[in-house]
Amino acid sequence: MGCCDEHTRSEALRRGIALAGNGLPAIEPGMPTPAGTGLDRRSFLSRSLGVALSVYGGAALLPRALEVGIEDAMAAAGPNGKVLVSVFLDGGADSLSMLFPGEDARYRKLRPRLALSPTAASVRFSEDPRLWWHPALAPLAALHAEGKVTVLPGIGYTDANQSHFTSRHFWEVGATDERLQSGWMGRYLDRYGRGDNPLQGLSLDWSLQPSLATKAKPVASIDGPDRFDFWTRGVWGSVESRMIAAIGGLGSVAARGDAALDQATRAARQSHLLYRQLAPFRKKESGFGSPVAYPQSDDSFPRRLAGLAAMLAAGLPLRCVALTAPGAYDTHDSQPNELDEGLEVTAASLFAFQRDLEARGLADRVVTLVWSEFGRRPEENGSNGTDHGAAGIAFVMGTRASGHMVGELPDLSRLDRDGNLRPNSDFRALYRSLIEGWLGGDAAAVLPGAKAFRPIPILR
Amino acid sequence: MPSVPVYKGRFGVAEAERLLWRAGFGPRRGEARRVASLGLEGAVRWLTHPGAERFTGRPPVDEKGRGLAPADAYGHDHLWWLDRMVRTNRPLVERMTLVWHDWFATSNAGVGSQKLMLAQNRMLRKFALGNFRYLLHAVTADPAMLIWLSGVDNRKESPNENYARELMELFTLGEGNGYSERDVREQARALTGFRNEWREGRGHVNFRFDRERHDDGIKTVFGKRGRYDWRDSCDLCLRHPRHARFFVEKLWSYFIPTPPNARTRAGLEALYRRGYDVRPVLQAILKHPALYNGPRMVKPPIVLNAGLLRALGRRVDTRSWVWLGEGAGQRLFYPPSVAGWDDERWLDTATFRARWAMANEALSSVTVEQPKRGPAPKVPHQPAALVEAAYRTLAKPSVRPQSRAAITKFVKRALSDADADWEKDAYPLLVMNAARQLIAVSPDYQAA
Repeated sequence: MGCCDEHTRSEALRRGIALAGNGLPAIEPGMPTPAGTGLDRRSFLSRSLGVALSVYGGAALLPRALEVGIEDAMAAAGPNGKVLVSVFLDGGADSLSMLFPGEDARYRKLRPRLALSPTAASVRFSEDPRLWWHPALAPLAALHAEGKVTVLPGIGYTDANQSHFTSRHFWEVGATDERLQSGWMGRYLDRYGRGDNPLQGLSLDWSLQPSLATKAKPVASIDGPDRFDFWTRGVWGSVESRMIAAIGGLGSVAARGDAALDQATRAARQSHLLYRQLAPFRKKESGFGSPVAYPQSDDSFPRRLAGLAAMLAAGLPLRCVALTAPGAYDTHDSQPNELDEGLEVTAASLFAFQRDLEARGLADRVVTLVWSEFGRRPEENGSNGTDHGAAGIAFVMGTRASGHMVGELPDLSRLDRDGNLRPNSDFRALYRSLIEGWLGGDAAAVLPGAKAFRPIPILR
Repeated sequence: MPSVPVYKGRFGVAEAERLLWRAGFGPRRGEARRVASLGLEGAVRWLTHPGAERFTGRPPVDEKGRGLAPADAYGHDHLWWLDRMVRTNRPLVERMTLVWHDWFATSNAGVGSQKLMLAQNRMLRKFALGNFRYLLHAVTADPAMLIWLSGVDNRKESPNENYARELMELFTLGEGNGYSERDVREQARALTGFRNEWREGRGHVNFRFDRERHDDGIKTVFGKRGRYDWRDSCDLCLRHPRHARFFVEKLWSYFIPTPPNARTRAGLEALYRRGYDVRPVLQAILKHPALYNGPRMVKPPIVLNAGLLRALGRRVDTRSWVWLGEGAGQRLFYPPSVAGWDDERWLDTATFRARWAMANEALSSVTVEQPKRGPAPKVPHQPAALVEAAYRTLAKPSVRPQSRAAITKFVKRALSDADADWEKDAYPLLVMNAARQLIAVSPDYQAA
């Protein structure tokens, strides 16, 4: 075992939690369906969300302002509301394996054990014939052939920080600033989002993805849209409805400047709002009516993406979504196996998600960004792995992606003083382009120093 | 020497309650009153000089009533430690063990051996209130840590920077605080030499230092040159001019959410510099006015869990605590990364729901229900009396009046919904269960 196996931990945790989620009803079977819902998901899907909520909650339970707020957000998002999905490869994914220069003599010299070799089955990268796709990324290669993947093979920032935590923080806050406390998408929502719609920033995880952390506007974190309930032993009927309404009451007691109380109060208030928004998904039946098959996996990533497509199809007002990909990318040792496993589920799930969106007619509304906190060092270490590097790789996926590479493979003969790849595109330029070209808004108001980074053509 | 201010205000039940949540796992029924009667000095002395270890109450069991197998059975490691938190007579020792588990965060996801994790846990407990230098040495040579941060892969011919980087970034100095990438590489050389073997059926065995694997050349660390080894590597960090400040600020942050001012910090640093002893620094922090006058802190999930069981007088008797802890964001022996848990962000919509499920499971031992035959459990039908009884179940936590008012409003409305005779009998039971649940998830109960 080796380094930063802290990153296999997130995998293990996620698996444990996926089981845990299933285990919840097992404590006491017979979680009741909230009274008055009366809608199955199919009929719900054929109606507007506002109607469904009215039917479910009734005015007594649902503050009128919230109901109107969600309806407004729905209307504003409309059938054309743009959605950005951020997928994080945790640990620093090895760009030199994901698109590998298989016949480059320097690559083979730097990686006597780990260099990948093209085989008859390997797919060449059409935009740079020196490169091949990692076998596990074949689904992304297929989407790239359809013009739906923009590759950034040398993304990063100058003077890369080689700490996981710091570099990840930079990417999450959208600046090389260790003190910034809000995420880059969080700040976008603080500026352009609403005060009454937690779903606008949705972390599909058991905790909030830091890139979505806001200062003022509500955002949400859920494991899956079908798993958000407040079942309580020995409580049912009208008492249960009153109890859940009282969560909102506790969530509106002023915290008077106490940060810890404020955090607890906000969590209560936002959980209450979210519970209302997700009413239609709290149903017994499993599945999200996905028109395509997602990969079978212990990891909840494919289930989360399937749930995400279903939420979009239901018209829920999402704007920015963040989740972590399966896999342990901090490959200080045992790199080949670990990388294969993670990339395989990730790429197959992303492919299914894209096809799902296309089948549901949502594809033009969604762009997915795949990123990692840094690439890995070109020279392998002595433990069948690679250490922390600098420039790495990112992908932008969707029918609206330009499909044209931005930057190029960094020069292996011109490494930086730490022996790492030099970047030829910057993550802040990428964010600026996503804000201005996709989400809509003034990037300078969201990203400190955005003006210094010219937008890049990642979208069509 | 600069002195650290001491809290001079009233030390009553509310203050004792806060101290018990910060330095332990919350009060048992009546415990806040008992600790308040000791006065601040007496209470801190009791916490920092606790005497021999004893456990109160019945030992833990799994859901089938069998004893735990913490080194072998899935999740029993978590239950084993949770039980110690619930039943110990030395709450600060357990709390400091938790602090070190976060400070030197090692995850079994990377180690793959509950046995090695438990050995590390015993080591951390041994040094809980002891000497940071001895602790750092023990951590550096600890088998679980050697696997977790690649110490056993760090050889003369192929240095691995993993431990060297975190030793400075997370354990002793802070990110980028007084060291360079070159220092990382040189420290990695100094730390070479540990090894072990892996045996089918037995796992990792035979941890040792092997001279052959150690790079005994000259290294340059923080501008000093020498034939440094792993102990030197630790001591160089401890003697680094920025270490004492890093140490006292980090230790402080586990107990008080706002940073110490310059005078307090200087006083704490002076206490620490005398010989790297933790106890005097802890005593000063636990007596500091900011602990009692300052803002609240969110209770970490495991502290909340142990505290609920202590308040309810319930022992560890189900494995559900494992996944409930995971969902709330804190599975013992599985910190999210080598940087430990993020104490700034315990609560969001997902973890709030997990805390709801945790409270619901804890309260299942006192759920009141209408039996199929026979008389119903006695529950007050009068709103104020019912609310008072619900708070009493949870050892009467101190709460703000507005928070109690929100609970009372719910109780009044929910009771008034009862029309039919059967409803008038049944609703107080439902309302009691719901009121206890709301108290346990209320913002007031999440932060102390």
